[in-house]
Amino acid sequence: MELNGRIPTGPIEQVWDKARFDMKLVNPANKRRHHILVVGSGLAGASAAATLGELGYNVKCFCFQDSPRRAHSIAAQGGINAAKNYQNDGDSIYRLFYDTVKGGDFRAREANVYRLAEISVKIIDQCVAQGVPFAREYGGMLTNRSFGGAQVSRTFYARGQTGQQLLLGAYQALERQVQAGTVTMFARTEMLDLIVVDGKARGIVTRNLVTGEINVHLADCVVLATGGYGNVFYLSTNAKGSNVTACWRAHKRGALFANPCFTQIHPTCIPVSGEYQSKLTLMSESLRNDGRIWVPKQKGDHRPPNEIPESDRDYFLERRYPSFGNLVPRDVASRNAKMVCDEGRGVGSSGLGVYLDFSDAIRRLGRKAIEERYGNLFDMYQRITDEDPYVVPMRIYPAIHYTMGGLWVDYYLMSNLPGLFVAGEANFSDHGANRLGASALMQGLSDGYFIIPYTIGDYLANNKPIPVTESHPAVREAVESVQQITNKLLSIQGTRTVDSFHRELGKIVWDYCGMSRNAAGLEHAIGKIRELREEYWTNVRVLGSAEDFNQSLEKAGRVADFFELAELMCIDARERNESCGGHFREEYQTPDGEAQRDDQNYSYVAAWEYCGPGKAPELVKEPLEFNYVHPSQRSYK
Amino acid sequence: MRLTLKVWRQARGSKAGKFVSYPMDNANADMSMLECLDVLNEDLITRGEDPIAFEHDCREGICGSCGFMINGIAHGPQRATTVCQLTMRHFKDGEELTLEPWRAKAFPLIKDLVVDRRAFDRIIESGGYISVSTGSAPDGNAIPVAKEAADRAMDSAACISCGACVAACPNAAAALFTGAKITHLGILPQGKPEQDLRALRMVTQMNVEGFGGCTNIGECTGVCPKEIPLEVIAAMNRDYLRASWHARDNAVTSITPFTEWSTGSKLKVDPHP
Repeated sequence: MELNGRIPTGPIEQVWDKARFDMKLVNPANKRRHHILVVGSGLAGASAAATLGELGYNVKCFCFQDSPRRAHSIAAQGGINAAKNYQNDGDSIYRLFYDTVKGGDFRAREANVYRLAEISVKIIDQCVAQGVPFAREYGGMLTNRSFGGAQVSRTFYARGQTGQQLLLGAYQALERQVQAGTVTMFARTEMLDLIVVDGKARGIVTRNLVTGEINVHLADCVVLATGGYGNVFYLSTNAKGSNVTACWRAHKRGALFANPCFTQIHPTCIPVSGEYQSKLTLMSESLRNDGRIWVPKQKGDHRPPNEIPESDRDYFLERRYPSFGNLVPRDVASRNAKMVCDEGRGVGSSGLGVYLDFSDAIRRLGRKAIEERYGNLFDMYQRITDEDPYVVPMRIYPAIHYTMGGLWVDYYLMSNLPGLFVAGEANFSDHGANRLGASALMQGLSDGYFIIPYTIGDYLANNKPIPVTESHPAVREAVESVQQITNKLLSIQGTRTVDSFHRELGKIVWDYCGMSRNAAGLEHAIGKIRELREEYWTNVRVLGSAEDFNQSLEKAGRVADFFELAELMCIDARERNESCGGHFREEYQTPDGEAQRDDQNYSYVAAWEYCGPGKAPELVKEPLEFNYVHPSQRSYK
Repeated sequence: MRLTLKVWRQARGSKAGKFVSYPMDNANADMSMLECLDVLNEDLITRGEDPIAFEHDCREGICGSCGFMINGIAHGPQRATTVCQLTMRHFKDGEELTLEPWRAKAFPLIKDLVVDRRAFDRIIESGGYISVSTGSAPDGNAIPVAKEAADRAMDSAACISCGACVAACPNAAAALFTGAKITHLGILPQGKPEQDLRALRMVTQMNVEGFGGCTNIGECTGVCPKEIPLEVIAAMNRDYLRASWHARDNAVTSITPFTEWSTGSKLKVDPHP
C-alpha cells in the first residue's frame, strides 16, 4: 500500500491558505442534504459538530457519556498554547511551530504543525468570544503562563480548569446547533463498528447503552473524534470510559493505525497508593513553573522532607538541565524521575515518587499568590493524599497521560479510507513522538473548528455518494459482527471479571512498553499479551444481558480491543530501533542517557495495516521530510 | 476497614426498587467512594450477582458524571468534593453508609444509582450560550474584561452539571445550575447582547422540565462540589425580571422534555438470532 499524505507544496507559510483556496466548495443550499456523523463530543468532536452545523450540514453527534459535556477534554487543567505574543517575549507562529516540531523529537509532519501554530491565534479569539473566562490582567487583557518545552509565555488558562472551560464553550456552541436543528445529539450511544461501502466510510453501527438497541446510522462521511488510548495501561490519567474501540474497529475495517508506541508519560501525577486503585490523578504541569523537583542525594534517606537540609537534596532537573530546569518537556522530566527512583532515591512508602516542592515559591511570592495560581490543584492533592502541600512537598510520579499515536490521516485529516476523518487525540498527526504541554487543547480545537469543516466540504464537493440503505450487505455484515462480539462476551461465563483482566494487561504494557522499552522485553510482552487474551476469550465473566443498561458489557468490548491494540503497540515499539520522544528504547541512548534518534533509518511515520485475526500487521511507511526545522539532538541543557 | 453499604437497587425506572445491604471487610481508608464500589462490584460479579450501576468517568471531580446521596447528603459529608474524590478516611470503621440516587422528577431513574440528567442539557440548549459562529470572532484582546468580572464569571462557570443541587433541594429546583450559567455569561461583555433573551429562555425551560421553584433554602450551594455561590440565583432572578420588561416582545418557546432513550430506529435486530 502507498500512503499519500497530500501535503501541499510551496513555502510553508502559504500552504494552508493555498490548500484552502484549492478546495472545492459545497453550494450553501446543498449543505443540508449532506449527512455527517461525528463520533465523540470532546474538544475536537464538539467543535467540529458545532461548526459543521453552523455551516448548514446535517450532523449527528454521538457520545457514550450521558451528556456531551462530560468528554475527557474536560479534565485538562493547565492551558492552551497560542502564538499571540501578547507578552512581547519573542513568540511568533514560527517559534511555536519550531518548538512543537522539536518537542515532538522530529517525528511530526512540518506542514501540519505549521498550520496548527497558525490557527492557534484564531482559537483564542473564538473561545474568548464564546465567553470562556480566561485569566486576565487588571487592565482587562489576557494573561499567560509558561509551560514545559518553551521559553516564552504563550499559555492561556482559566484557573486549573482550562479544558473544562474550552469544552463548555464548544458544548454550548454544539447545544446551540442542536436547538437550531442542524445537529442531532445521541448521548449514551457507543460506536461499535464502521460501515465501509465500496472502500468509503459511509456509516456506523451503534449500541444504545440504556436499551441495548443496535442501530445503524448512514451518512456521506464519518468523523472520529474519540480521543486517545491511554487506558490500555489500565492505570492512567484518562477518564475510566476513555477507550480505543471506535478507532480500533475502524482500523479493522481498513484504516491504518500510526505510531501506536508513541505514548506520553506525564511527570506530575499523584503516586499509586494501592491495588484497588482505579485511576491516576494528574497534577497540572503548570506546577513546574513554581515547584522545584528533588529527591534526597543519598539512597535510603527516609527523613521527612522538611528535615532534609538543602545540602542533602538533589534538584536533579535543575542540575542536569540548567537552561530549562524544571520546565524540560514531559518525556525528559518523566524519564529522569524514573532514573532517580531506579537508583533507590525515590520517596514515599513505595519508593516510586519524587518531591515537588513549593516552599521557595511560597517564600518568594507569598502563600496568597500560590493559592491564586494553583489553589484548586493543591486542594485536590490534599483531598487525595491527606497531606497539605503548602507545608509538606507534594509527592509525584509519572503516569500515562496522552497518546500521540492514532489513526493515520493525511494533511486534510482524512484517513486512508475515503470519507473517514479523524480529529483530535484520535489521530496521529501533530505531536510526533512527544506532545508539549498545552498543545492538546490547541490541536483538538484547531482540527474541529478550523480544519475539518473546510476539508470535509472539499471531500463532499468532489465525491458524490451513491445511495446506501440498511439492506446493503456491508451494513448487514457490520451489524452481525457487532452482535457476534456481544453474544460471545455474554456467553463465556468464565470466572474472572473484566477489570481483573484489564488490570493485568495494563501491568504488562506498563512494565514492558511504558517509560522505557527494550527488544527482549517487548518480545516477552507480546507473548504474555497473547496468552492473556486467549484466557480472556475463554474465562471472562460478563453478567446480565445485551438488552439492558450493562456497564460490564460495555467494558468487556473495550478491553477486548485494548488487548489487540496492546500487541500492536509492542510490535511498533519493537520495530522502531531508536529512541525518540516518549519512545525510549534502552538500547539506543546517548552516553549521558538521553534519547538517541536514528534519522537515517527511522525518520518515518509507522502506519500499520490490519491483516486479519491472528495475522501479523503490515507496516506502511510515510517518510518525513524536514525543510525548515533541521533535526538535531534535542537539548534542554 | 469494615463498612456496610446499604444501596438502592432498581433494575430500571419502571420496576420497583429497594435497599440491599452489603457488608464489606476489604475497604481501605485511602480508597475513594467509587473505588469502594468497584471492589464491591468485583465481589458481586464473582458471586454471580448483578453489579451496582453507578455513573462515573474522569474520577477527578471535573466531568460531573458521578454523584449520589450518602447518608442523605449529596456527594457525602466532605465539602466541595464529588464522590469520586471522597476518600473512605472520612468514615468510621464499622459504619453503615446509605447510598441513594438523586431523587427528582426531572431526573428519571435509569438503573440503581444512575439517573437521566438530560434536562440540564436542554436548559443549556434553550439559551446557555453566546451566539458566535466559528470564524466571526474579533481579536481576543479587543474585548477587555475586568479581572474581577473574569474571576466572578469563572466562579459560576466552574459548575460541573452533576445535579447535586437539585438532589439536595427540598423543592428539587435547578435554580443554582441555571443561575450559574446565566451569571457566567451575563457578567462578561461578550454575553451582554443576549442577556435578556437568555434569562427568559433558560428560566422557561427550567420550569417546563419539572424542576421545583426556588425558595432560597440554600442546601444547593452547601452540597455543590464547586461551591457555586447562592448569589447566582439572585442574579438569575434579577435578569429574568428585567428581561420580562425589556424583552417583553419576544415570544419565548421551550423544548418539549423527553425521557425516552430508544432512538426508535426502524432497524430492529434480534440480539439473539
